[in-house]
Amino acid sequence: MIAMTCRIHTGADGAAHWLDSPHFDGQGTIDVHALGSPVVPHPESVAVLVELDHRMLAALAGDPWAAEAENILGFTRYANGTDAPSRLVELVRARATGDSAVAAARALFEAAGYQVVVCADQPGRIVDRLIRPVYNAALRLVDEGLATQADLDLTCRLGLGYVDGPVERVERGGLAHHYDVTAALFETFGTPGFAPAARSVAAAQRRAART
Amino acid sequence: MKQSTNVAVCGAGGTMGAGIAIVSARSGHRTICYDTSASGLERARGQIEKFFAKSVSLGKLTAEQQARALDGLTMTTSLDDLGACELVIEAVFENLEVKKQLFGKLDSVCAETAVFASNTSTLSITEIAAGSARPDRVVGMHFCLPAQLMALVEMTPGLRTDAAVFDAAWNWVTAAGQVPVRTQDKPGFILNALLVPFNNDAIRAVEAGVASPADIDRAIKTALGNKLGPLELVDLVGLDTQVRLCDAFYANTYDPRAAAPPLLKRMVAAGLLGRKSGRGFFAYSGQAMFGA
Repeated sequence: MIAMTCRIHTGADGAAHWLDSPHFDGQGTIDVHALGSPVVPHPESVAVLVELDHRMLAALAGDPWAAEAENILGFTRYANGTDAPSRLVELVRARATGDSAVAAARALFEAAGYQVVVCADQPGRIVDRLIRPVYNAALRLVDEGLATQADLDLTCRLGLGYVDGPVERVERGGLAHHYDVTAALFETFGTPGFAPAARSVAAAQRRAART
Repeated sequence: MKQSTNVAVCGAGGTMGAGIAIVSARSGHRTICYDTSASGLERARGQIEKFFAKSVSLGKLTAEQQARALDGLTMTTSLDDLGACELVIEAVFENLEVKKQLFGKLDSVCAETAVFASNTSTLSITEIAAGSARPDRVVGMHFCLPAQLMALVEMTPGLRTDAAVFDAAWNWVTAAGQVPVRTQDKPGFILNALLVPFNNDAIRAVEAGVASPADIDRAIKTALGNKLGPLELVDLVGLDTQVRLCDAFYANTYDPRAAAPPLLKRMVAAGLLGRKSGRGFFAYSGQAMFGA
C-alpha cells in the first residue's frame, strides 16, 4: 500500500499542530486547512479538511462550493473552551461529501489516535449542541437557589457518574466562552435552552469592558 | 429517630423499592416491605437475598450482618402492618394521586410521630404532602437507581415540612451510609431537571439528522468522560419511562426541552422500548444500530 500524503496548510493561527504527521495506509492526497488558512478547492484531493471553530463549514469554505464538492469536510478537535482538548474529533460532512472522502478523513484522524464521529454541518455540531443547554440550566438552577453549586455538581458526579459537575466544567472552560457559543446557537435556533445564562452574560460583559 | 428504626418501604415489589429496602435492612433497621402485589414481594425477597449473598461473597458484608438484615426483613400486602414504623418511604408508581392516597391512608395507620418520605423523582413534595393530614411530617427522599449501589439521595423539604422532621430524615439517610444533597421542591429536583431535557435533546438531534445514535453517544462519552451516552441511558431507563418522565416534568414546567420528542413517541408506539424490548436506539440482540 502506498502511503497517503497529507498536506497541512497552516494559517496565521498555526493551528492543527496537534495533527502531527500521521501515518496511515491509502492512496492519494489529503489537504488539511488549519484554522486561519485561506480555504481553496483541491479537486484532485481525496479529501479537503477544513478546521472549524464554532462556525459552520459553510461559513468558512463558502457556498455553493462547499455544498457541491464531494471531497470537502470540516473538522474540529473538541475542547471545552480553554480546558484541555479532548481526544474527540467531530467530522463535519457537507451535503455532497462522498463516502470515500469521509473514510479517508476518518482513517487520518484514527491513525493519529483520535476518536472520530461524523455529523452534519449544523451549529454546535454534536457536543456543544447537547451540552451547552445543560450548562445554561445548571447555572440558572444555582442562581434560582435550587441547590448550592457544590451540591449540584456533587449530584451529577454521584447520581449520574459524571467525571465532573456541569458548573465546575463550564467555569473551567470559561463563562465568556460559553456565552460566545450559546449566543451563536441562540441566534440560529432561537430556542430558550440556548439563551446564554446570566452569569455567562456578565462574564462576556466583563471581558468587553476589559478590552 | 432512633439508631435502630422500624422502617417501611411501600412499593417494595418494584426495582427501586427493593433497592431502598436493601439500604434500610443493610444499615440495621427492621424493614417492612409493603406492596399490593404478593408476587412482586416474592420476587423482591429473592433479589434482596441474592444481593446480600453476593455482598458476603465479595466481603462487603459479614455473614452476621447478612443474617441480621434478613431476620429484620418482612413482607406484607397489608398496610395495617406498618403501624409501628417510625419512617415510611414510598416508592410506588410515579403518580400524584396514587402517592397522595397512600399517605392519606398511612395517616390512620402510623403514629403521629412517624416520618413520611417520598422517593418521587419528578413530582412536588408539597403536592404529595397535601394528601396527608400531617404535611409537616412529609419529606422528599429521592434515591438513585439502583438504590443499593448509588450513594446519592436528593433530600427535599415541602413548603410545610417541619425543620426537625427534615433533619431527622437527613440524619437517617446519612447513618444509612448514603450521601444526601439538599434541593428545593422544584420539578425534577437536580437530577431530572438536568437529565430529562438533555436526553430529549439527544433524541431531537437524531431526529434532526445531526448524527447517528452511535456517534452522538460516542461524542458525549469521549468529550466529557461520561460512562454512558444519553441514548444508551434512555434505552436502559426505557423509552416508555422517558415519555412518562417527560409528561410529568413538562406538565409542571412547560419547558419545551422537557416535552417528549416526536421520535420518542413514535418509537414507543412501535414497541421499541429500549433494552427491555431488545431494541431502542440500539439493538441488543446484535450490533445493528437504529436510526443511523
